[in-house]
Amino acid sequence: MNRKARIEEALKDAFDPMHLEVVDESHMHSVPAGAESHFKVLLVSESFADKTLVARHRLLNRTLSPELEGGLHALALHTWTPEEWFAKGGKVPESPPCQGGSKAG
Amino acid sequence: MDVLERIGEQVKSNPVVIYMKGTPQFPQCGFSMRASAALQECGIPFAYVNVLQDPEIFENLPRYADWPTFPQIYIDGELVGGCDITLELHAGGQLKSMMEEAAAKHA
Repeated sequence: MNRKARIEEALKDAFDPMHLEVVDESHMHSVPAGAESHFKVLLVSESFADKTLVARHRLLNRTLSPELEGGLHALALHTWTPEEWFAKGGKVPESPPCQGGSKAG
Repeated sequence: MDVLERIGEQVKSNPVVIYMKGTPQFPQCGFSMRASAALQECGIPFAYVNVLQDPEIFENLPRYADWPTFPQIYIDGELVGGCDITLELHAGGQLKSMMEEAAAKHA
């Protein structure tokens, strides 16, 4: 199973998402082909309702800690309740272009 | 002073501080670039720490606030979040008022 599939499985188990998108954006960065290093996650879940953004991101980071410790280098997180996501028009923001620092760690 | 004390001193003595890869003038990561640009757009002075120049902080900051990635933005001693949350707060107009309040407290 590749990293994208593992991330999807872990997040589905933990958050019962209404909507989940996991995008491998590693090609946008200065890493070797197939690095599976940079990902973007859009996760829409009712379970976020009573949680701050910091708390939501901490939960995702914890859920994905085996990946973060195993070569996952960057994780863009967009974490919404269904109401928040509909209010935003159901879109996911574009991630920024690389500035070269991935090689440094 | 051990490194966690040093970080604690930095986040408490500055109203706003960003730990980033590179500098606001020469960011070396897209996420650090966007987060520092959002802080700059608010027009309130802020401190920055280039984690690529400080290996001890680079290694230990993730355990300071239970946050595994960079950049990290602290306002009034508290972790606000990384790039995504900072941009969200900026888009909603809260970032500037949070920075203003913190700056007023430290004035």
